[in-house]
Amino acid sequence: MKILVPVKRVIDYNVKARVKADKTGVDLANVKMSMNPFDEIAVEEAIRKKEAGQAEEIIAVSIGPAQAQETLRTALAMGADRAILIQTDDIVEPLAVAKLLKAVVDAEQPKLVILGKQAIDDDSNQTGQMLAALLGWPQGTFASIVKVVGDGIEVTREVDGGLETVALTLPAIVTTDLRLNEPRYASLPNIMKAKKKQLDVKTAADYGVDISPRLKTLKVEEPAKRAGGIKVKTIEELVDKLKNEAGVI
Amino acid sequence: MTALVLAEHDNAELKPATLNAVTAASQLGGDVHVLVAGSGAQAVADAAARIAGVSVVLLADDASYGNRLAENIAPLIVSLAGDYDAIVAPTTTSGKNILPRVAAQLDVAQISDVMKVESADTFVRPIYAGNALATVQSTDSKKVMTVRGTGFPAAAATGGSAEIRTIAAAANPGNSRFVGAELAKSDRPELTAAKIIVSGGRGMGSSGAFSIIESLADKLGAAVGASRAAVDAGFISNDHQVGQTGKIVAPQLYIAVGISGAIQHLAGMKDSKVIVAINKDEEAPIFQIADYGLVADLFQAVPELEKAL
Ligand SMILES: Cc1cc2nc3c(=O)[nH]c(=O)nc-3n(C[C@H](O)[C@H](O)[C@H](O)COP(=O)(O)OP(=O)(O)OC[C@H]3O[C@@H](n4cnc5c(N)ncnc54)[C@H](O)[C@@H]3O)c2cc1C
Ligand SMILES: Nc1ncnc2c1ncn2[C@@H]1O[C@H](COP(=O)(O)O)[C@@H](O)[C@H]1O
Repeated sequence: MKILVPVKRVIDYNVKARVKADKTGVDLANVKMSMNPFDEIAVEEAIRKKEAGQAEEIIAVSIGPAQAQETLRTALAMGADRAILIQTDDIVEPLAVAKLLKAVVDAEQPKLVILGKQAIDDDSNQTGQMLAALLGWPQGTFASIVKVVGDGIEVTREVDGGLETVALTLPAIVTTDLRLNEPRYASLPNIMKAKKKQLDVKTAADYGVDISPRLKTLKVEEPAKRAGGIKVKTIEELVDKLKNEAGVI
Repeated sequence: MTALVLAEHDNAELKPATLNAVTAASQLGGDVHVLVAGSGAQAVADAAARIAGVSVVLLADDASYGNRLAENIAPLIVSLAGDYDAIVAPTTTSGKNILPRVAAQLDVAQISDVMKVESADTFVRPIYAGNALATVQSTDSKKVMTVRGTGFPAAAATGGSAEIRTIAAAANPGNSRFVGAELAKSDRPELTAAKIIVSGGRGMGSSGAFSIIESLADKLGAAVGASRAAVDAGFISNDHQVGQTGKIVAPQLYIAVGISGAIQHLAGMKDSKVIVAINKDEEAPIFQIADYGLVADLFQAVPELEKAL
């Protein structure tokens, strides 16, 4: 089977986002950008399925600016076979991303799409579920185990109460959670090889998809800061403060 | 203006997250209806009907809703959506699983994890692990949103007397099947509803050592939380993870033990009323947001704290 893996270029998870002074958004100038961590897990899972002989081809897709080519090259260096960039400088909301991905699915006919559960910039946690809805496919979200069983898959999901397993017919959507796997680092030879892999650049118009946003961002602000606290020296002092100052025990 | 709230439940019990979602829905300024989609869930519908401020409860009782598969429940909500201006679900794994499917089928952008309702079309939501708060205005005619429990007080669980309407199940696509669940059983309070939480991190060192956290929690009547590192290391199960990509909590008291204070962890607990940090590294970032910091070895400090209570 073919596996499609959508990967998003986002602020690196080690960087603390800073709000712009004019409150229009977050300052991304000169900020380190990386592949969304959940998408690295998605790429890794696809590669493992290929290594297990359960997949033939892995296609990485990204929707974003020209620099998202670097993110796609990372996916190729990890082991994806080819890549597609749908290039735009606009903000593309999850619904529009899902519509673009549906168009790619229609063209490429993968059996499985593995996405991250959440992009760590917009924290939406929507795109995989929306894509599943648009395609009428089943979804295994927040996956910690994905097993190919017969002509379907079984997905163990991290849910609020613990774990839950569902069986899905293929084609299907999976979104990754943190415990699914530990993504590999690309080796230097593979990074070199990745430069020669096919990377097609398209536009939203090529797929006839309207990506205009539905949400207007009126302002982006910093959350209220917590007032600084104190250090206590002893357990007795801590207990006293909790009882008599904070009144929480 | 009428909003439909998706009830959080397990067929037997209505979960408290529903109450916060009802409050958020009522702030949209109109009637609030609650949908109970389940199997053998009459008691849940009865409980939903008692929530103050709810005027109608829709009960779709069918075997296909017994495990709240998104593939089955989303078409039901879509079939009801014509009567509603807003569809609201709590930001739980179930709400997050189902609601975007509904939004896409309605061709509406979902607003995720709303913390504040400014008006019927304008909402505040966290982005970048809560390091920024975005105020967004929806241009869609219908609003589809998940709401953060800690952003809204719980509606009163009693006092209401809503009409319960039984509705038929929608066609189910038959492309997914529930296989089983391993749900954590615990007598401790639920993390997202607890007044006190004691959380352990990588500093605990082993799953055995987590027992000192549990023992302290029991003394305090607290829930047990964890950092991602503690869950990844197998010290404790995934349902305890607090953070950007785990559970969001805001108890009266949060005690972070052997947790460094990465932004992803802070995202899940920095709205707690009082934060205590116990860490042997005085430079640990957790101390920057802690009201009371104790620089100490946790293996000494935690049992000592339990004794001193
Ligand atoms: C995509 C993504 C999502 C994430 N989501 C989350 C999330 O939801 N929640 C979350 O928590 N993290 C999340 N993380 C992980 C986060 O970045 C940190 O790695 C994690 O929170 C660190 O956990 P920790 O503080 O327990 O471990 P560490 O950072 O290793 O800190 C351990 C602390 O224990 C202290 N310590 C050690 N021994 C002792 C002792 N004997 N006595 C006292 N103190 C001691 C050390 O001084 C140290 O400060 C996410 C990361 C990514 C990339
Ligand atoms: N612009 C994008 N390009 C490629 N994939 C994306 C994009 N936006 C979202 N995704 C995918 O959808 C997942 C969930 O994103 P979100 O719904 O925005 O939290 C991500 O982890 C990616 O796999």
